[in-house]
Amino acid sequence: MTPFLAQTGSWISFDVHGLAQQFWNNTVDGLALGGIYALVALGYTLVYGVLKLINFAHSEVFVVGAFATWLTFYALGFRSGTTPVLSVAEIILFLAIACLAAMAASGGTAVLLERVAYRPLRKRNAPRLVFLITAIGASFAIQQGLRLVFGLNQQPQIRLLQPETLFRVFGASVTNIHVILFVAAILLWFVADYFVNRTRLGRGIRAVAQDPDTATLMGVNKERVIVITFLVGGLLAGAAALFYMMRIPQGAIYNGGFLLGIKAFTAAVLGGIGNLRGALLGGFVLGLVENYGQSLFGGEWKDIVAFVVLIVVLMFRPTGILGESLGKARV
Amino acid sequence: MTTQTVSAPRAGRRSIRDQWNNLSRPAQWAILIPLVVLIYFLPVLNPPLIATTGTDFPNAMFDVARYALVAIGLNVVVGQAGLLDLGYVGFFAVGAYVAALFTSPNSSLHHLPYLWTLPLAMVITMIFGIVLGTPTLRLRGDYLAIVTLGFGEIIRLVADNVGPLRGQSGFQGVGTNSAGVPFFANATQWYWLTITIIIAILLLVGNLERSRVGRAWVSIREDEDVAEIMGVPVFKFKIWAFVIGAAIGGLSGALYAGKLGFVNNQSFDVITSMLFLAAVVLGGAGNKVGVLLGAIVVAYLPLRFVQLADYNYLIFGIALIVLMIFRPQGLLGARQRLLARGRQAYHRLLGRGEQISGDSALSADTQGGRR
Repeated sequence: MTPFLAQTGSWISFDVHGLAQQFWNNTVDGLALGGIYALVALGYTLVYGVLKLINFAHSEVFVVGAFATWLTFYALGFRSGTTPVLSVAEIILFLAIACLAAMAASGGTAVLLERVAYRPLRKRNAPRLVFLITAIGASFAIQQGLRLVFGLNQQPQIRLLQPETLFRVFGASVTNIHVILFVAAILLWFVADYFVNRTRLGRGIRAVAQDPDTATLMGVNKERVIVITFLVGGLLAGAAALFYMMRIPQGAIYNGGFLLGIKAFTAAVLGGIGNLRGALLGGFVLGLVENYGQSLFGGEWKDIVAFVVLIVVLMFRPTGILGESLGKARV
Repeated sequence: MTTQTVSAPRAGRRSIRDQWNNLSRPAQWAILIPLVVLIYFLPVLNPPLIATTGTDFPNAMFDVARYALVAIGLNVVVGQAGLLDLGYVGFFAVGAYVAALFTSPNSSLHHLPYLWTLPLAMVITMIFGIVLGTPTLRLRGDYLAIVTLGFGEIIRLVADNVGPLRGQSGFQGVGTNSAGVPFFANATQWYWLTITIIIAILLLVGNLERSRVGRAWVSIREDEDVAEIMGVPVFKFKIWAFVIGAAIGGLSGALYAGKLGFVNNQSFDVITSMLFLAAVVLGGAGNKVGVLLGAIVVAYLPLRFVQLADYNYLIFGIALIVLMIFRPQGLLGARQRLLARGRQAYHRLLGRGEQISGDSALSADTQGGRR
């Protein structure tokens, strides 16, 4: 064994100095990235809360949103390479259009998915493992469908908005995109939270999450609640796709959702799956930890850090940081 | 907690499975031995409709056999013990890397004859199984699934990033001896070796299933809490399942590495893990013949219809959905003989099927049913 170890020195290097230097930059970027994770994680959490199902194809719902965003930008006449000079009003208008398109595409995909892949299984009262396999099948099908249409390569990047430093926090530059990402994530989370906890439909979702049979007896239309759950998750994933494309403009690629999907699911589990607040918290925690880890161990260890954190958290808090709660009644 | 009635076997028309079980041991062997001989000679016979046109048929057959071995191993974990493992490819990777590190000229480790690396791969993956299983097996269901997925990814990313594991450039000449001669010259021999190992493993795993260990696994799969209360050391037997499954995965990985002669980080992604799991669930988790069938479907079909290469996985994905919708229990459902006996007893006593609880990952409980 000795030569094996001797030739390498240490396997992992710790760059504490780099971490200290990059700390605030990492924090800012981690919060922005975490916002995207949180939005996608909400989709996982909602579906899991209601159906106890890991919607494995949710990452593909997100990718469909990314492609919709790209196509919208393209259709609006933007091309890669140049960043157009636009007034603020125009930017907001175009982003809103792209957001609506992405949300429509993702929401539609999610509902279609529920219809084609999950509803027939529910009718047949299939074992839970089977739902997971169907989800994997659906994920494959959507991914490969996108590959056939758009090809293997990522779409050329289109930027509506060049990142510009707005202000500095402890020396870390905060760009306009960071701000948009963070604010949008918080805002959309509030909308989702309000929807689930304060509206009539949201009450239906919580009722089904808590006890589907009793909820049905109380007059809740379970099938409709399930469709709405998928729809909300899809809409949020679509919005997340737009913000993701603003941060990473080359994000539209057929298998691009995979890693992000796993990360978002990790975020959902981290915070406590089935718990909306947990999804938000988990997203931010994951985004931050990942960025700190990247500085500490080097960029290639970024993903490992995320998974290790997940495992460590689950070992000490087996239901995530905040625990499961979508089904818990709040009086 | 939902319950469902399992229909008792209809009198008169007995299922193939019942007929098979009622045959005497020699009669079973009389059917099995020619079948096994036929399976051995498939790559030599090159049967016209079955033979793959795009890829070399013995190579394709080896791939099928490799998947079959993996499916048997994963079936112990998922089918028998009901532990949803999404990171099984990690163990496969560990086995492959063990074979590579001890036989490839690219590695500076002491070189071993290739055959020695097979048991070594099993031992090392077993250690990995304990290391990964001890902290995580306290988790259940979906949490366990996501943690195992994380572990699978960690193993892959470590292979990506740790210097001595050589990332994408990988190890050449895996399975060669010091003179650089490969262990087996052609794919047919590799296929024969794998089939022989599969038969040995099937016998071993079959004995395990019929033992106290197997009964403990089934009880954990069906209802962990009840098993615990009835005095089954749940955690211990979960570790057992995890470790045994891991060892078989590692063995398959070592075979794969030896046959291919090359190992790098590219073939151990989560998609592969999903394909392994799909093989198990497609065939019918908990049923050995079923998972073999599932492995054949998953590994063979894309190779056979290679002219559809562009649409391969699209079709595969859709087929997976359609198949699961129409046969949620898999091609061949899981029916423990143990349970089948209990069912016969019930049937004789009550004249109808018994009520079985449906709260495990494999049973028909979709809408929560939580306490």
